[in-house]
Amino acid sequence: MRNNNIEHILKLSKELRWEIGDDFHDSLAEGIYADAADLVSNSVTKDNSKSKLRLDTKIDKIVTSKTWGFPIMFLILAVVLWLTIIGSNYPSSLLAQVLLNDFHPLLKTFASNIGMPWWLSGFLIDGIYLAVAWVIAVMLPPMAIFFPLFTLLEDFGYLPRVAFNLDSLFKKAGAHGKQALTMSMGFGCNAAGVIATRIIDSPRERLIAIITNNFSLCNGRWPTQIVIATIFIGAAVPSSFSGLASLTAVIGIAILGIFFMFFSSWALSKTVLKGEVSTFNLELPPYRPPRFWQTIYTSIIDRTLIVLWRAVVFAAPAGAVIWLVSNIYIGNESVAAWIINSLDGFGFLLGLNGVILLAYIVAIPANEIVIPTILMLTVLVTGISGGHGAGVMFELNSANATGVILKAGGWTLLTAVNLMLFSLLHNPCSTTIYTIYKETKSLKWTTVATVFPIILGFIVTFLVAQIWRIF
Amino acid sequence: MDTKVKSVCETCPQFNASGLKKLGVNTNNFDFVVALAGNPNTGKSTVFNALTGLKQHTGNWPGKTVTRAEGGFEYDHQKFKLVDLPGTYSLLSTSEDEEVARNFILFGKPTVTIIVVDASRLERNLNLVLQILEITENAVLCLNLMDEAKRNHIEINTRALARDLGIPVVPTSARFKKGIPELIQTISEIANNKIKCKPHRIKNIPKNIEKAVTKLSLEIEKEYPNIPNSRWIAFRLLEGDTQIINALKTGEFV
Repeated sequence: MRNNNIEHILKLSKELRWEIGDDFHDSLAEGIYADAADLVSNSVTKDNSKSKLRLDTKIDKIVTSKTWGFPIMFLILAVVLWLTIIGSNYPSSLLAQVLLNDFHPLLKTFASNIGMPWWLSGFLIDGIYLAVAWVIAVMLPPMAIFFPLFTLLEDFGYLPRVAFNLDSLFKKAGAHGKQALTMSMGFGCNAAGVIATRIIDSPRERLIAIITNNFSLCNGRWPTQIVIATIFIGAAVPSSFSGLASLTAVIGIAILGIFFMFFSSWALSKTVLKGEVSTFNLELPPYRPPRFWQTIYTSIIDRTLIVLWRAVVFAAPAGAVIWLVSNIYIGNESVAAWIINSLDGFGFLLGLNGVILLAYIVAIPANEIVIPTILMLTVLVTGISGGHGAGVMFELNSANATGVILKAGGWTLLTAVNLMLFSLLHNPCSTTIYTIYKETKSLKWTTVATVFPIILGFIVTFLVAQIWRIF
Repeated sequence: MDTKVKSVCETCPQFNASGLKKLGVNTNNFDFVVALAGNPNTGKSTVFNALTGLKQHTGNWPGKTVTRAEGGFEYDHQKFKLVDLPGTYSLLSTSEDEEVARNFILFGKPTVTIIVVDASRLERNLNLVLQILEITENAVLCLNLMDEAKRNHIEINTRALARDLGIPVVPTSARFKKGIPELIQTISEIANNKIKCKPHRIKNIPKNIEKAVTKLSLEIEKEYPNIPNSRWIAFRLLEGDTQIINALKTGEFV
């Protein structure tokens, strides 16, 4: 490296700084603005009478108003969820029919025809193939609807308005207003939400945003919420209201998640992450009519398929593990049954059961496979027939049939409610944990972000179970 | 006879755009480095995607681009490496994103800098443009979001603007892939010295300050005869920017 003699330049600059006084910065800025005004007056003509900016202002007056801001936000959330829930029903059952009911037996027949040993075909077809097929059937349709809808809102320019509406709440919680944006991203995928926290400059507020992102109900958890709400909560009311009741339950859980996000942001900023709230400027960009088909195409290709691929990569080994624990025996009991029995007592305290807890352990890599794992394990323990046998993941076509199995497994409305709560409040999936580590470079904060939600989940489900049982 | 007269078509950027190859992230052995700068939410990432064929996340909110994205394209048998910088309103403060953008333009020495501006908010965007033009000579103004400007009944005389700024001005609507061939053609012409830029320098400065700046920049040029942005460095020295003082010592930007 050269080390030039620039002392005389520095000396001169010091003298000159003295000479021109300390309004240099302002003079320069003013000079630039004056130049910009000159340039614009030479080249830009504007017909102010017909400006479209006024329409933007009108829309903003409504969507960011004190009265309408929040109702409109919840309404948009409800519409997006409703379209996702209703819209993914049909393609999901079609995919399940093709991949699970039609193609799976074909594979089994083929395997026995070529003389594959039972354990190999079980491991490959009943374990790995079914796990992957289930994830595709359950995840692809809701994601292919949710992500494009979300992207359309994003392109239209609605997200900064959400941030604007929530800003004062975040400030009260001691967090950064831009956390509204990362929280919204988290509804799609928590790992994506964690990466998006890079827009927050202050390390303290960024950590809060990272740790609490898990409370945004991510795409892998929507299906669990929807299935359980449909079976148990929808069935608890007259059938004409069942759709509305289950939709309300799912939205309720999502809003509860937002509440926990604010609450824990506040708790963190009052305890381990104390500090000042930083101010920031967030420009409300103009509304832009989204390019509909292009958005649909790119969000399916870029987001949906990438996230789906990740799920498949994690589901395959998980399927193998499920099959193995169900088919390896210690004495008279399979490993799975043994673990379930030992977890049952703790599960009862939480208003859950051993099956659910084991399913969550197996499903750490990907939340998407919780429900099929639960079903398979329930069949294994209760010994009722209906599926394909021990260690085989399957989906029963109607929610009713799924309900029959779960009720045979001793499920009540309490189990369902607590499963929905626990699905909201537990450790992030392994991808998110890894992303948190990459972003924070700190084992300590990664551990906090992993353990904190699950402790909260234990506390909440425990309290709900105790109160429920009193009444 | 090899001095064949070119048909009209062959001089048109639309025709030549067929020679564009989007290289994605493959940026080995490039001939030129091109930087992409501009205010937040003016469509830098959309322009970036249109040029490289990559799929940087885009969306209508300021601050999406959180890392420096790189990609490449090939045009007329020359390889260009394109760097998407974080959007900033200015280069005069010391926030992290402004430093990333400024340091790349200053130390990365891009052959060409594309400055993306929002056509319907030109005056406010020019603040950054004028600062960049103090740092680098070879730049092109990408007058983006022309569709929105049209909807807002804003008309821009691009020739007058190009003359005043001393750099080429290309109107685009990157979301609709409009104006991209012309932009590529212009980048290539600047990189190959077919277009000479004579960038605008900030004029409305009080006399005493202007005198001080001139004095200081002459002194800097004595030490570094080929420096293109002595005036801007003089600005920074008068501001007491320690990073620039250190860079001046090591001669990093020469």
